Amino acid sequence: MNVQTRPQDRSASPARSAMAIADCDIHPVLPSVTALYPYMTQQWRSYLETYGTSLRQGHQSGVNPYPKAQPNAARRDAWPPGGGAPGTDLDFIRSQHLDAHNIVLGICNPLTPSGQGLLNPGLSAAMCRANNEWQLHSLVTPEPRLRASIVVPYEATEAAVAEIRRYAGNPAFVQVLLLGRTADLLGKSAYRPIFRAAVEAGLPVAIHAFGYSGQPITGSGWPSFYIEEMIGHAQAAQAQLISMVMEGLFEELPDLKVIMVEAGFAWLPSLAWRLDTTWEKLRDETPHLTMRPSDYIRRHVWLTTQPMEEPEPRAHLRDTMNWIGMDRLLFATDYPHWDFDDPAQAMPLNLTPEERDAFFIGNARALYRQG
Amino acid sequence: MADRFMGGIDCDVHPSVPGVSALLPYLDEYWREMVAIRGIDEFNSILYPAASPMTCRADWRPTQGKPASTLELVRAQALDPFGSSIAIANCLYGIQLLFSEDMAAAFARAVNTWMAREWLDLEPRLRASIIVPTQNVEMAVDEIERWAGDSRFVQVLLLAMGDHPLGRRQYWPIYAAAERHGLAIGIHAGSSYHNPPTPIGWPSFYTEDYAGQANAFQSQLTSLICEGVFSKFPALKVVLLESGFTWLPAHMWRLNKFWRGLRMEVPWVDRAPMEIVRSNVRLSLRPVDGPPDSDGLLRLLDHMQSDDLLLFSTDYPHWQFEGTEAMPAAIPADLARKMMIDNPLATYARLQAPAGAAAECVVPRCGDAN
Repeated sequence: MNVQTRPQDRSASPARSAMAIADCDIHPVLPSVTALYPYMTQQWRSYLETYGTSLRQGHQSGVNPYPKAQPNAARRDAWPPGGGAPGTDLDFIRSQHLDAHNIVLGICNPLTPSGQGLLNPGLSAAMCRANNEWQLHSLVTPEPRLRASIVVPYEATEAAVAEIRRYAGNPAFVQVLLLGRTADLLGKSAYRPIFRAAVEAGLPVAIHAFGYSGQPITGSGWPSFYIEEMIGHAQAAQAQLISMVMEGLFEELPDLKVIMVEAGFAWLPSLAWRLDTTWEKLRDETPHLTMRPSDYIRRHVWLTTQPMEEPEPRAHLRDTMNWIGMDRLLFATDYPHWDFDDPAQAMPLNLTPEERDAFFIGNARALYRQG
Repeated sequence: MADRFMGGIDCDVHPSVPGVSALLPYLDEYWREMVAIRGIDEFNSILYPAASPMTCRADWRPTQGKPASTLELVRAQALDPFGSSIAIANCLYGIQLLFSEDMAAAFARAVNTWMAREWLDLEPRLRASIIVPTQNVEMAVDEIERWAGDSRFVQVLLLAMGDHPLGRRQYWPIYAAAERHGLAIGIHAGSSYHNPPTPIGWPSFYTEDYAGQANAFQSQLTSLICEGVFSKFPALKVVLLESGFTWLPAHMWRLNKFWRGLRMEVPWVDRAPMEIVRSNVRLSLRPVDGPPDSDGLLRLLDHMQSDDLLLFSTDYPHWQFEGTEAMPAAIPADLARKMMIDNPLATYARLQAPAGAAAECVVPRCGDAN
């Protein structure tokens, strides 16, 4: 975060010790929406310029009705010296982030204006396609440390499946990207073809917090504040996991791997226990499940770490990580956003060298099949 | 194990309204007529499907009639076997689900009157929560004022999901009234179902709805803290009922972290959220959604970082445990005692009131309505 709230101790810095790091949540940003134009038809360019990108919320072009706490939700120091918005300058991403922290593997998760979740399904598909081409040509090809996500128009199932098939087998793309607040719960049958296509392509599905479901982010209506929306992404992620487990998504697709991105992770053990205790009493309602909910979660779910929960004492977090499984956590920074977790400070726990390696890079390499 | 409970205070039991007809004596003439003309027969919520095993433990299910719908059942199945000195009755009847605020106010008043006459007057171990028509805050405050003089009512009952997050300023008159009268605010699992019960939409299965209730409590705690309810009403006690509690540490870690980064947006939150919880928020014991092993549960309790937070509850007649093992065996004796006696007494100011204080109050008579 921008505001330093605890003493700095960089002695354990992986950068200093030259430890290689995988960052599983980096947000490169389009320099301008026109960077998509080479990959869009004239018809959709014209539509975009005339009608914009309306979402399931009331402000134009993705402006959040809960204004962020910083311009572009970015770190104040992430504005490139040569101009442009944070995340738009590949050279600055290299020097400020990849080089500085010895990041050897960075997973790109493009956000607005990626085209995801737009009301117009045709525009959504066209923009997602263009975002994927932009990632390929402007990020992964020039920078071999970066990998792309297949951005899919998840409310237009057929187009989403086509997009996954287009890039299946292309080593530049290592996961399918969804946003967490879809129009309906992800376990439901409407989304099932997307997960099937991901499994066929041998790719995990990353579900990144944010997006607009059109539903209030609480079961009790709309909260007042941005901080509540930010906290609420953890509840939204839990709702999605409950749905994916109980609808039998993991039962149907035993090879599916799901990554919950930027929604926190410490809530997972309690959720798994609650699902188990509830399911044990009500299991005749979901006879399609053959294992405990916690077994599906253990087998199918990974989580990125940022924003990492910070208990006092921090040792409590170690219990939580053990309950989740140290092999299921993927380090992430969220660069260039304001709530960036610095790899030098994000993990001040005593880990064995093997655990440290798994946490900062090994788990990601295994999941994404990178070296 | 059962002797550990003798003299304990059970903070969540659920006497049930046998049916709308049981409320007829406590409705005014207009609503009695409406019940007949419109064929209004039940307000049961989908959160407790009638035949679901969760709704009533098998050995507590009567051969006929609704679970926990007679004083004899509640005495024989809950008060006596658990040795409770006091049990707080939280009546769950789908009044908060109605859209007519007039109808909700009439039925809330009827349920409260029914509770006073047919339960509290007859069983000195029982206390109760005031049901309020949250659809209209002014009417809700009227209902609180109507019962405030009766010290057997120890809290105001709200549901975990309604039309708006509970921290919103429009609800503050309810908190002002509760604080003024020394009533706790109880937030119980449940929803008006005026919004989809998850942040993404309506789930397919009941199991999802029930498991997801814990997320609703997380959102409400966020709202109550961020809106500044506890800055405005520092003496207010909020009790989360049938909420689960094992989610609390992780949720507060997240809330504390974002508060440090975003407190400029909510400058009235002048203490760390976890400190606010320690002073103002309590949670009932059941259900225990904890790790299956005793060591894990003790670690989790250590993460709570306070022995003051949990209040003993059986959640009778809902199925949360077997036999009389309401208190998990792993809980140390001193903590068990705090949960059963000290913590409820510290939370519910009215439990310290002399017995029989009901004599001071004016219980509305049949036909007094309006």
